[in-house]
Amino acid sequence: MNQTDKACDLAIGQDEVTPVTAGKFNLDEIMNCMQCGFCLPACPTYRQTGLESHSPRGRIALMKGVAQAQLPADAEFAKNMYACLGCRACETACPAGVSYGSLLETAREVVEDQNKKTAKHSLLRRLVFEHVFPHPNRMKALGMVLWAVQALGLQRLATRTGWARVLPRALAEMQQAVELVASPFIRGKRQQRMRAEGESLYTVGYFTGCVMDVLFFETNQATARLLAKAGCEVVFVGGQTCCGALHAHAGEKAWAVELAKRNIEAFEQSQVDFIVNSAGGCGAALKEYPHWFEDDPSWQKRAEAFAAKVRDASELLAALPPLSFTKELSARVTYQDSCHLAHGQGVRGQPRQLLNLIPGVEVVELEQADQCCGSAGIYNITHFDQSMEILDAKMEAVKKTGAHFIATSNPGCLLQMRQGIIRAGLTGKMEAVHLMELLDRAL
Amino acid sequence: MNADRLEGKLAPDVKRRLIAVVGEERFLDSLNERYVYSYDATPIFQAMPDAVIMPQTTAEVSKILKIANEHRIPVTTRGSGTNLAAGTVPTAGGIVLNMQRFNRIVEIDRENLTVTVEPGVVTADLHQAVEAEGLFYPPDPGSMRISTVGGNVAQCAGGMRGLKYGVTKDYLMGLEYVLPSGEVLRAGGKNVKDVAGYDMTRLLAGSEGTLAVITQLTLKLLPLPEAKRTMAAYYASLGDAARTVERVIAAKIIPATMEFLDQATMRVVDEFAKLGLPTGMKAMLLIEQDGPEEWVERDIERIAEIAKEEGAVQVRVAQTPEEGANLLAARRAALSALSRLRPTTILEDATVPRSRLAEMVAEIERIAEKYDVQICTFGHAGDGNLHPTCLTDERNKEELARVEQAFEEIFLAALRLGGTISGEHGIGLAKRDYLPLQVGEGGIALMKAIKEAFDPNHIMNPGKMFANSARRRVVIKQ
Repeated sequence: MNQTDKACDLAIGQDEVTPVTAGKFNLDEIMNCMQCGFCLPACPTYRQTGLESHSPRGRIALMKGVAQAQLPADAEFAKNMYACLGCRACETACPAGVSYGSLLETAREVVEDQNKKTAKHSLLRRLVFEHVFPHPNRMKALGMVLWAVQALGLQRLATRTGWARVLPRALAEMQQAVELVASPFIRGKRQQRMRAEGESLYTVGYFTGCVMDVLFFETNQATARLLAKAGCEVVFVGGQTCCGALHAHAGEKAWAVELAKRNIEAFEQSQVDFIVNSAGGCGAALKEYPHWFEDDPSWQKRAEAFAAKVRDASELLAALPPLSFTKELSARVTYQDSCHLAHGQGVRGQPRQLLNLIPGVEVVELEQADQCCGSAGIYNITHFDQSMEILDAKMEAVKKTGAHFIATSNPGCLLQMRQGIIRAGLTGKMEAVHLMELLDRAL
Repeated sequence: MNADRLEGKLAPDVKRRLIAVVGEERFLDSLNERYVYSYDATPIFQAMPDAVIMPQTTAEVSKILKIANEHRIPVTTRGSGTNLAAGTVPTAGGIVLNMQRFNRIVEIDRENLTVTVEPGVVTADLHQAVEAEGLFYPPDPGSMRISTVGGNVAQCAGGMRGLKYGVTKDYLMGLEYVLPSGEVLRAGGKNVKDVAGYDMTRLLAGSEGTLAVITQLTLKLLPLPEAKRTMAAYYASLGDAARTVERVIAAKIIPATMEFLDQATMRVVDEFAKLGLPTGMKAMLLIEQDGPEEWVERDIERIAEIAKEEGAVQVRVAQTPEEGANLLAARRAALSALSRLRPTTILEDATVPRSRLAEMVAEIERIAEKYDVQICTFGHAGDGNLHPTCLTDERNKEELARVEQAFEEIFLAALRLGGTISGEHGIGLAKRDYLPLQVGEGGIALMKAIKEAFDPNHIMNPGKMFANSARRRVVIKQ
């Protein structure tokens, strides 16, 4: 080592970069990355482009540059931070234990703070993040509108006539994957409590999720039925709201924290043994609440108590006495990991274990099942082409399994896999289902 | 920020000519794109290039080098950037020549037992491809899942199988390479015996990108060993482990792999890989033998006996290939896992003749204590190649100065024991001040003359291998 060689430092002058953003980054966490590059082969965008700027190591280096005021948090930095899927496969590959997901959230927060200053914030963005997701009633209303559109046959008509083309290309294509949502009538019939079958082992609070409950109301109901069957008293806790994951991933940390507080309060009052959900993305966020309150010790304590109770439905079901099924499915099934369930929560074995319990089911392992399908929150809308490229590669592996069902554990993945089936011309031969729904069909 | 740094400082007409060669898409010079090629896997060292170019044919490389040579623009050739001696940090700015697009396996020749590849092929992908044909390419550097074959050759990478199978240069048979002048040359080929002229093939192995750009390689293959077994032995003292290594070799057994991990390394590796290692032990040996089934069985049994005789507290033979692979994978992750302990992890590769291993380990422990720095040691015990790894924090300048002194003393200790300052990482930027200690001023002068013949304008990875100053900075302390 040579002291003088530190002169080969960056020849970037530090004075002219406004150090507005350095403070938000946790430099210690950034420094945990020792640039070994073990993450590179695990990263879907790096594999796709071969560019260091599209790798976790590269993105962390850029964050370090911004944190140390060697780089500006400019449009190029923003573009690179948003080119990431946020699948967190790099965290699984990282021997140094770098919390990439939380670094990425901070980076995007830094970008959005900057955008707010320069009024680059779009109206649509504010509308969605501030006025839709956080409001369960508005989400419900959205669900009603969607149901009405579908019930009147407008969605099919739009696709058939090509009217859907007035939508941006990404939305036009993705809307085909949205299946019939539950009617207001069915939604209205949800009971606040579902009794356990037989002896009640635990009381679980069900976290419905916002998008999940609009698009996949029936999956939530199916999960609740499975939990009840396995001996849980299921409570649909009132006062809960969106988990805040989408906000956090999009750099809207303040809103994410606000939502987290509302959820923590709601479930504190309910006094349940576990907080259960069936959306890998939401679950990962709920379990990470304590990280969101790093500068607020009293809330962090409450967040820790909350997070300690959070379980993915597959996690809890696998730990309970085995479900008894009455029907045989006689089908071949493969499983696509939800990134935030596998890489974010480390839950890999339980979903497979549950699938293997279904009578008549042959489970075939999907090649590189824990690689992102390209859905990645809203990546398939914001980066449509890249997302579809990743999806098409995924479908090649799916085809090889010859499966009748592809099961997933997260609403985003489920929509993406449905889209994949359409794109791969497998409609009618293969069905994408939520793991819980498949289990429920055999009850 | 300086305007030229924002833009990169290549003159507009040079930039135009380079873009004419590769197109806009493969010429990167935005601030972020240059920043992410300002480092490799070596901590602390960083320098901005002016442009990053991704050629995909030999003709393109030739044209780029010609332009660079004409304008005296430094060229740093790079694969995946896993270098540990700052060898691919573009110290002098200029062009980073990213060779990752050269990623084709051109031919697997079953009659001649060779494979011809482009330099950007990832080492582990090469392993997979040849093993599918029942063939074997032994060099397996720690970063093989990421590193490229071209990078391995440029650095003459080693790995865990060095003891029995040697290192990258032992498998390099032929090369296509481009001189800074743009001239495309070939050296060696598929001949096992070839004494026509100077051995340019071997010269380029380990030349660290300071002479030419390699665009194609022909490598020697072996038949894939029929079986392999892995075992681990745990010791309450370092000496017992070192003696086991010496006695196994003395018993005329050459295992494919003999890895050594000290207690601190075992602990972090176990935390990452959850192997249930007995972390109360002082040292661990990880041994693998390959070959015909019965031989492997016999050797592993004999090694286990020796280990027990030499005081191993626990000996465990992996029951399945998966268990064995897990143990080796954990060892590969040792370096990165160590970085969990402190923000900066500096890894060296001082190497001694095998018989001096125990002395070297003791020296490292003594030196760490003397300078009050935290050094964990793991490495390739079978070939005397140790990886003393210092855990520090680059922001603490006072501690960093002590780390530097400690490493200097480690290098000197290695040389005193008849060893080398670098077993497999190369000299690069990090160890260039110490090279004269090993090869002498005469050796340096000769090496520089060789460089002059290849690269008269000093554009190829300037600043690496040789210190800029005529006199080395280090004073040998007696």
